[in-house]
Amino acid sequence: MHFPFLSVIVFTPLVAALGILLYKPEQKKAIRITALSAAIFALALSVWVYFTYDKAVAGYQFVEKYNWMPMLGISLHFGVDGMSVPLVLLTGIVMVTGVMISWGIEDRPREFFAFLFILASGVFGVFASLDLFMLFFFYEIAVFPMYLLISIWGWIKTREYAAMKLTLYLFIGSVVSLIGALVIYWTSGQHTFDMLVLETVKFTPTFQKIWFLPVFLGFAVLGGIFPFHNWSPDGHVAAPTAVSMFHAGVLMKLGAFAALRVGIMLLPEGAKFWAPLIMGLALINIVYGAFIASVQSDFKYVIGFSSVSHMGLVMMGFATLKPEGLLGAGVQMFSHGVMTALFFATVGMVYDRAHTRQIPELGGLIKPLPLVAIGVIVGSLVSMGMPGFSGFVAEFPIFMGIWRTQWLVAVIAAISIIVTASYVLLVVRRVFFGKMPETLQGHITPINTLDKIALVLLMALMIGIGIFPALMVPWVQSGVQHILALLGGA
Amino acid sequence: MTTILPILPEILLLALGILILTIDPFLKKESSRRSFLGWFTAVGLLVTLAISLLIARPAESILVVGGMLRFDWLGFIFKMFFVFAAGITSLFFMEVEALNHRAEIYFLLLAATLGMCLMASSADLIMLYLAIETTSIPLYLLAGFLKKDEKSTEAGFKYMLFGALTSAVLLYGFSLIFGFTGKTSLYDLSQYFSSFNLVAVGITFLVLTGLAFKVSLFPFHFWAPDVYEGAPTPVAGFLSTASKAAGFAVLIRLFIAVFPSLSSDWSLILAILATLTMTVGNLIALTQKNVKRLLAYSSIAHAGYAMIGVVAFSQLGFASVVFYLIGYILTNLLAFGIVSLVGSTTGSDDYPAYAGLSRRNPALGLAALVAFLSLAGMPPFVGFVAKFLVFSAAIETGWVWLAIVGILNSIVGLYYYLNVLKYVYLYRMENQDEQQHVIPVSRRVVFALAILVIGVLLLGSLFGPWFGFASKAAISLF
Repeated sequence: MHFPFLSVIVFTPLVAALGILLYKPEQKKAIRITALSAAIFALALSVWVYFTYDKAVAGYQFVEKYNWMPMLGISLHFGVDGMSVPLVLLTGIVMVTGVMISWGIEDRPREFFAFLFILASGVFGVFASLDLFMLFFFYEIAVFPMYLLISIWGWIKTREYAAMKLTLYLFIGSVVSLIGALVIYWTSGQHTFDMLVLETVKFTPTFQKIWFLPVFLGFAVLGGIFPFHNWSPDGHVAAPTAVSMFHAGVLMKLGAFAALRVGIMLLPEGAKFWAPLIMGLALINIVYGAFIASVQSDFKYVIGFSSVSHMGLVMMGFATLKPEGLLGAGVQMFSHGVMTALFFATVGMVYDRAHTRQIPELGGLIKPLPLVAIGVIVGSLVSMGMPGFSGFVAEFPIFMGIWRTQWLVAVIAAISIIVTASYVLLVVRRVFFGKMPETLQGHITPINTLDKIALVLLMALMIGIGIFPALMVPWVQSGVQHILALLGGA
Repeated sequence: MTTILPILPEILLLALGILILTIDPFLKKESSRRSFLGWFTAVGLLVTLAISLLIARPAESILVVGGMLRFDWLGFIFKMFFVFAAGITSLFFMEVEALNHRAEIYFLLLAATLGMCLMASSADLIMLYLAIETTSIPLYLLAGFLKKDEKSTEAGFKYMLFGALTSAVLLYGFSLIFGFTGKTSLYDLSQYFSSFNLVAVGITFLVLTGLAFKVSLFPFHFWAPDVYEGAPTPVAGFLSTASKAAGFAVLIRLFIAVFPSLSSDWSLILAILATLTMTVGNLIALTQKNVKRLLAYSSIAHAGYAMIGVVAFSQLGFASVVFYLIGYILTNLLAFGIVSLVGSTTGSDDYPAYAGLSRRNPALGLAALVAFLSLAGMPPFVGFVAKFLVFSAAIETGWVWLAIVGILNSIVGLYYYLNVLKYVYLYRMENQDEQQHVIPVSRRVVFALAILVIGVLLLGSLFGPWFGFASKAAISLF
């Protein structure tokens, strides 16, 4: 029995959250330090797991299994494969940087960090769970704290509306999938929620065709798939900075990942049948998201809609059901997570100082905030898929995969790259260059050291993977092999 | 000794009740009475619980006391939770100014609990009817206990009128059963109800009406909101949890013992009843502005969810109903405990009274979060597992549409529970001076709420062993 890395990673934030709740509300410093140490601890373990994961062996590793409710075949079953191990790492990174960015929260930091960490536990849990019941269990735990985090600490104008909308969308999505999961459970006749066993069950094609769509779309709601993407930009904008980072950076991957793991991996025949539809929806995501993003005047809405567009690429990668597409989607989940975390962090920094996010009211911020400007520029280059950055490593294989499936779709989707390039560069120019409006003169204070560390860490990751794809691609590759085997070696 | 063991909890409850009435005249000073009577009841109930758990566990299902009661796991588990709920409720009683110095309320509480214990294990029609009346009459009195409060008087009176009416209907059903079969023991009756005929339908209908009132199933739910709103809050909490669970215990036992073969014909009707109960409860709850009324409608909806498990009519189905009710007892007691506390501090049960609660008392805010999220069915609280199990049971037996209806309903539920939490966490008091209006919580309430919060979390995360008990109860019926 090896050291239970995954359980420790999953439960560290939860324990930290309970610990934080034991402090007195006034002990803000102690609360922040506890939060940061717990986050760093979880990140350190995720880094360890990432680098000790044996890519040559592939399959599920660091497996732990504890019986939870044997009567129904529920067990606490953790394990990571090449698809999920980068996402565990991503969660660790976003957690640490999120805590750093939220250092300055003054209104009830105790509750803020506690809820944020409960959310983080849920996210780790979903990525690591190999049990269908536990996957749902953690999924709901990850979704719910969003409501409180957005409605209490969010942007005062839209937070109530956005938080309720987000929660109801995601809850509806998850319970629709839950019905599907229960039907899978009872139909399999195996009396177990163990996904490794359920993967081997051959469901009839009709069954798979009927139930794939509810299961996949139910989860994909959280991945922001069209036409259920509507909650996402509103949610992003209303959320406080660290929560937007978590939300766009990690939570949307949760939806995509669960859609892959439960939808595609358990019901591969259904996936093959419905792939064209998913591809169509994802195409709308990509193109429509990019166009909407380009007409926004609110900095945060630009990023919010660009997330919709980029998550479309992930779904598109899945829908190709080809090795290239899946590989690209896997990398894109990580790359986009880091990128949006960076974007939202910088937007938050700008807003905290300028008290506006309206792009026309901003300008010339590169002088007082050089590192923030560099961050946004790096993020922009990633988001338009520039070679040398992680976005390229992700998007290139996805487009290869699409091309092999349906070249016309690839051509249409490629439009989004041009649109993306145009709007991100425009934002960079308007916000950071040009003349600073007089209203802002003298108000722009420099960012603090923790902010700097967070920005540099996020940038380094994107450039690192861009230059050395070998730091990520082999991991995802090993996960893709398994999915392809389930799909019947397409 | 073996003849006493099965009814040991009942004997202890009765002894405790008599003790309380006996020591009452010897207590003079108002303040000492207050905490003494409450603590005496609570500790007495705890002792009852402990002794029963230690020595009075059922080994196998047997008929006892001349066939009047059945000593089995179903009855035992329900009894233990009734005693537990009564103990918690007596702690909440101590917080209510108008109640806490009266010995009668503790006695009435114990009498009602005794009746419920008998309800859960009755194996004979006569015993069953007596048990139901033993439960109901003290509850009518408790609901109308605040004599000077018009709403409470109205609640007590309304509850009694509807209760008496439905009891009469139930009794009519029982007398027809006796008239047609000449038997009163539940376990002798199933052979007479094996075929679908008009008499059987009529009897089932009458009996179902009587029990539907107890568990507030549609269309016999309308008394619940008025009674819950008017009754003293801890009484409403007790009514909505223990009394409802007792009704379900009877319902389950009757359906398995008496109408097993009818059930296939009735399951569609029950499914429709469950659907209507959930939907009506949830939709009306949406429009409420008073938390007690909200909880009343939500408790109607929860009766509907629990019915899903009955509709499934399988071992998993009944086990899930038992688990659902256990979880519901814990969660709703917690919710009513918080409502009681907020009500007695602010003097109002309307939503605005909850504004800024999380700042006035962060721990209480957190407890409210746990209670309402558990009611909404979010993990890691017991509500999630409970809902999961009933839906799972429904899907196992092919009731996919019913599970979907249940799930759509739970989304509506989430919305209105979140609305309350919005006041607790998001809105502020008018002058934003929550620091000046800290809600004081006495140690006994902290104790009671802490037990409930831990219970909700424990059953929601380490649910394996608890579901084991629930399964044992379900198995004991077949």
